[in-house]
Amino acid sequence: MAVGLLDRRLLFVTGKGGVGKTTTAAALALLGAREGRRTLVCEMDAKGDLAGAYEAGPLAFEARELEGGLFAMAMDTEESLKEYLAVQLKLARLARLGALARTFDFLANAAPGIKEVLSVGKMAWEVREGHYDLVVVDAAASGHILGQLRAPQAINELMSVGLVREQTGWMIELLSDPAVTGVVVVASPEEMPVTEALELVDDLAGTGVDLAAVVVNRVLPELFGRAEEEVFDRLAAPGASAALAAATGHPVDGVLEAARLAVRLRRTRAAHLTRLRQGLGPGHDVLYVPELFTRSHGRRATRQVADALAGELS
Amino acid sequence: MTAHAAPVEALLAAKEIVVVCGAGGVGKTTTAAALGALAAADLGAKVLVLTVDPARRLADAMGLGSLGNTETQVESAAFAAAGVEPRGQLWAAMLDTKQSWDELIRRHAPDARTRDAILDNPLYRNVAGKFVNSHDYIAMERLYELHASGVYDLIVVDTPPTRHAIDFLDAPERMAEFFSSRLLRWLLVPYRSRLVNVASRPFYQIADRALGSAFLADIAEFFILFQSMYDGFVERARAVERVLEDRRTTFVVVTTLEAAPAQEARRFVDVLRARQLHLGAVVLNRVLPADLLDDDASAAARALSSRSEELAATLAEAVGDPPVAPDLVARVLAELGESFLNFQVVAKREAELRAELALGTDVVATVPALDTDVYDLAGLVRLGAELRR
Repeated sequence: MAVGLLDRRLLFVTGKGGVGKTTTAAALALLGAREGRRTLVCEMDAKGDLAGAYEAGPLAFEARELEGGLFAMAMDTEESLKEYLAVQLKLARLARLGALARTFDFLANAAPGIKEVLSVGKMAWEVREGHYDLVVVDAAASGHILGQLRAPQAINELMSVGLVREQTGWMIELLSDPAVTGVVVVASPEEMPVTEALELVDDLAGTGVDLAAVVVNRVLPELFGRAEEEVFDRLAAPGASAALAAATGHPVDGVLEAARLAVRLRRTRAAHLTRLRQGLGPGHDVLYVPELFTRSHGRRATRQVADALAGELS
Repeated sequence: MTAHAAPVEALLAAKEIVVVCGAGGVGKTTTAAALGALAAADLGAKVLVLTVDPARRLADAMGLGSLGNTETQVESAAFAAAGVEPRGQLWAAMLDTKQSWDELIRRHAPDARTRDAILDNPLYRNVAGKFVNSHDYIAMERLYELHASGVYDLIVVDTPPTRHAIDFLDAPERMAEFFSSRLLRWLLVPYRSRLVNVASRPFYQIADRALGSAFLADIAEFFILFQSMYDGFVERARAVERVLEDRRTTFVVVTTLEAAPAQEARRFVDVLRARQLHLGAVVLNRVLPADLLDDDASAAARALSSRSEELAATLAEAVGDPPVAPDLVARVLAELGESFLNFQVVAKREAELRAELALGTDVVATVPALDTDVYDLAGLVRLGAELRR
């Protein structure tokens, strides 16, 4: 499955809010580094969740090595602009750049596409320069990712000349090369996350950026097979459940109720998984991450997701 | 809170605007729709649910096919199908950012020439609805407009997904600041007077090299045109702010009991308090049943999981006919116990987060993890009933 997902150089991880996008990005990067790739992971929205996934303390624009081969940073468009000006325009005198960058930041606010191109451009640049083997982007949620991915094209159309426009050519080329760049759409097996994932996959076609994989989090294991379910039904009947309570020495109503909830949740989620698979059609890799039964965010959860993904990728 | 009505219902009866906010993915849109359905069904109010999410979820849930910028009434047949006879009316509208901006331009433009010049400006056409977080601004602006129209007794607004849930609160202020900004005027200088002073020359040189002068000229033209509408915009932005601060407006914070959304909710509650905005209720969504924390059930689950074979041997009679192999029964018992303990881990974490949430309101509605998704009006009505408890 998903042959070579981590052999691509640039992965944008996106999905509806709340589906585990950041954890998935953190886990993929961890996996990349574990397999010996020099890996950069970048949080685009500066919420701080990525740092939480590694329990690493606040991240900055300057990438920091968290463990062997795993580097992490947080996007800051103003810093990205300063770097761009310094590198591209050979403006090394940073003292002057402060005021200039503030003005540019203002301009970037006013003219959309600029912030996006600075963010996406920085990622693409790290890949082009070969600073890392793999760059994983904890990208914007599904509502905003298209704007980011299309930014170089939009800038290219809006501007007729200028250095920024000159930069968009190689960016578009790099982003639209499926051997290099791919989008990882994250979903959970619920109504809206699946709907949004399918919409996003459709819309991606218009960006020229390849869909690398779909990751589904929180997949519930099947509690009972058919034979088990029949036994469960018999045990849950009033007389039998009283016997069960007597045998354990404790009331079992809560346990039976929880099992019913688990079965119903699993059934609902399975239906959404089916819808997702059918909507995607053949030829797309779907990676399943089981429900971890923990709502913590830390390193342990990230490692568990990485292990699950490793299993799916092998 | 009054003893006569459920707190959430009392809130809906007393307020004219309910702003529903929270992190992405916690069920904001659905909660907003459920609150609207509840108010329309039980209070006999004329209710509008305004959603700003580009995904057409609300339309789906209300059986409206598609939602446009104009308000659409949910058919009474849809209520009947859900087994409800509404005392009031439920309307819904979606925010189309581009269309709303166009309307705003038409309203504020000083003359037809400026209006057409803006609407035709290539930059505007490419970017309408994208600059200075205009999504947030336009949502608040539209809310203001609908409220001022006086057509609805209650407007429930679902807030846009933003980087931080509170961004939209600042949108009017930012918009006002933007148009009165000295920087903006400074940027426009060379295009007005062609006289660039010495201090700003390096900036223009670099801007020219980086962005190209044609693009800068496009931007400048766009903002020069826009500036003619400055007064209108600032005035409106202030008015929108006043509506948000008004006592007739309340905020409902929605969160699941997961670390990141709960943190966002906590932050939001703090901001509301700091700004003296009215926190009407906190909705804890998709909460696992309290049974999972029950000591007896927990002891039973541990027994089932650790002594499954021994227990299975004693239960042959209880399982009844036809007989079932003891190892199959044991497997079911072990599964029962382990599944309970698995879900209990999550439930415990939820309880911890709930305790940590400094809620700042005595109106807390807990919505259980429903076994099916809410995708129709009947679902919204069921959800409304949970909110009313």
